[in-house]
Amino acid sequence: MMNNIILLPMLLPILVGVVLIFLRAYGRIQAWFSIGVMAVSSGIAFYLLEQVQANGILRLDFGGWEPPFGILFVADSFSLLLVLTTTIVATIILLYALFSAGRFLQTTYFYPTILFLIAGVNGSFLTGDLFNLFVCFEVMLLSSYVLLTLGGNKRQLREAIKYVVINIVSSWFFLVALAYLYGAVGTLNMAHVSVRVAEAGQGPLLTTVSIIFLIVFSLKAGLLLYFWLPGSYSAPPAVTSALFGALLTKVGIYALFRVFSLIFYHQPEITHTIIGAMAAITLVGGSLGAIAFNDIRKIAAYNVVIAVGFILVGLAVSTPNAIEGAIYYLIHDMVIKALLFLLVGTIIALTGTAMLNKMSGLMKNYPMLGWSFFITMLSLAGVPPLSGFIGKVLVSEGAVESGAYGLLTLALLSSLFVLYSLLRIFKNSFWGETIVSKEDQVPLKKMLLVPCLMLVLLTVGLGLGTELISGYVTDAAETLLNPDIYIDAVMGGGES
Amino acid sequence: MKINDVILKTVSKAAVLIIFTFGIYLFLSGHNEPGGGFIGGLVLASAFVLLFLSHDSETISDAIPLDFKKISALGVLIAFASSTVPMFFGQPFMSQSFGYFDLPIFGKTELATVTVFEAGVALTVIGVVVNIIFSISEDE
Repeated sequence: MMNNIILLPMLLPILVGVVLIFLRAYGRIQAWFSIGVMAVSSGIAFYLLEQVQANGILRLDFGGWEPPFGILFVADSFSLLLVLTTTIVATIILLYALFSAGRFLQTTYFYPTILFLIAGVNGSFLTGDLFNLFVCFEVMLLSSYVLLTLGGNKRQLREAIKYVVINIVSSWFFLVALAYLYGAVGTLNMAHVSVRVAEAGQGPLLTTVSIIFLIVFSLKAGLLLYFWLPGSYSAPPAVTSALFGALLTKVGIYALFRVFSLIFYHQPEITHTIIGAMAAITLVGGSLGAIAFNDIRKIAAYNVVIAVGFILVGLAVSTPNAIEGAIYYLIHDMVIKALLFLLVGTIIALTGTAMLNKMSGLMKNYPMLGWSFFITMLSLAGVPPLSGFIGKVLVSEGAVESGAYGLLTLALLSSLFVLYSLLRIFKNSFWGETIVSKEDQVPLKKMLLVPCLMLVLLTVGLGLGTELISGYVTDAAETLLNPDIYIDAVMGGGES
Repeated sequence: MKINDVILKTVSKAAVLIIFTFGIYLFLSGHNEPGGGFIGGLVLASAFVLLFLSHDSETISDAIPLDFKKISALGVLIAFASSTVPMFFGQPFMSQSFGYFDLPIFGKTELATVTVFEAGVALTVIGVVVNIIFSISEDE
């Protein structure tokens, strides 16, 4: 049977996005179409995930060209878990957009661009070819340039210039790294590259190439090279920054996991040590940033940075527990960062300011919003039974097993900083004297709370229902730790 | 002061015709020889750009009443939709096939399904390039 269905999480958003370009004038119809296609995609992703559990890794050779000659999509549990989370989170963010986006956004190709962004993200997760990964990255980045500048206020444009320049430079580095790799091993199919690297041995030359890849993906993921992130993630409207915070860095993290577990896993004492050091500095820098600012958008953006550091601790350690923990945390972080940015966006829309010292006592005005924020805070800090807990425990266990006590200490300290930075928001904006009287308060549209509450339910559900997804996560971690499973599925000829 | 651009206009009229022909030739020679939808589309787009440069953009926009944004979207749609067709025949995405047909004037001709995909690519390229030039020229 054909595995064409693997392609659908990328193909459907593109096709619908193109059709929406012709429906430019009809904002609400566009929104419903987008929500529909995302919901359908998440259904497909779930079906595929079940298929992978039953039949092993699936692949699709484009145009019937067998690997290593053609381009292909490979769906394993790790990819599909991320695709599933992406599509679910995107559906909910689009719901928020439906209720919040103004007429201007609705009619300026906002929805098509979001769909193209998701297509790029899903494509990056699913592709089995390094050059195709580059292409999917570009689809995602081009859409993010548009989303970042849409609206065109001064702050957005200023941040966009930095963002675009940095990403173009890193894309150029990506191409250079691909050229070096192709020159060295003569293929770009990930599984084939892995075989060739294993045959030739990962000498100094290939390790250097791997470090170029590390730099490229670190720029995209915000690992150590996160200087561009807080600015550009805090400039655009709430919906856009929620999408960025939830999805964009995760693609870089995914690429790091894939490349350093499938291809360059022979010299962990060099590459994984560097990743560990970078993760440590990221944790410290992110923590300092999170408590340094009074702008709540900046605080939220620095929380993204801390999470990146934390997840990469899992890769640096690379024990089974740590990898599993990192996958749990990756899924958790997509959900919770979307929620955090939506809540922050809502607070700003209600108070008209992003400055902590200018808001107070919102709890009285908007109790539901306050409690949602409270749960978000606990979940981010890793308090059981919410979704952040299991990831933190497993990553920490992994760090203990391999004796990486330095990383462990930093990872746990960073949780305290996360808690402190969000407590500051909670204490300043929700507690304290109510400065806006009931009569003067900006009414909170009830519908805006619905997407937030859905995400709250999701983080509680993920925490309580860890058992339900543990099977998938274990399988994903096993594939990451045993590259042969992936290679056999791709290079094993025969079927398809 | 009004610029006298009779020569430019006359030459560009002839040049545009040649460029169009060459673009279509490149597009059709696509899948076996150097050429194809992308490069053919670029050449065709350059013909449009030359028209916009030699004449003023209002005249040309009136003569070619097309929304180039829609054209690029249509191109993407054609490229992806044509790649999707094989999926309904139990073939992998992007599978292509070709056959030889006896056509009245051309004689025995090779027709390939990839041409449809290439047409989509060409339209996308034309739409995007003309759009870029247009947005730059509109900026005061």
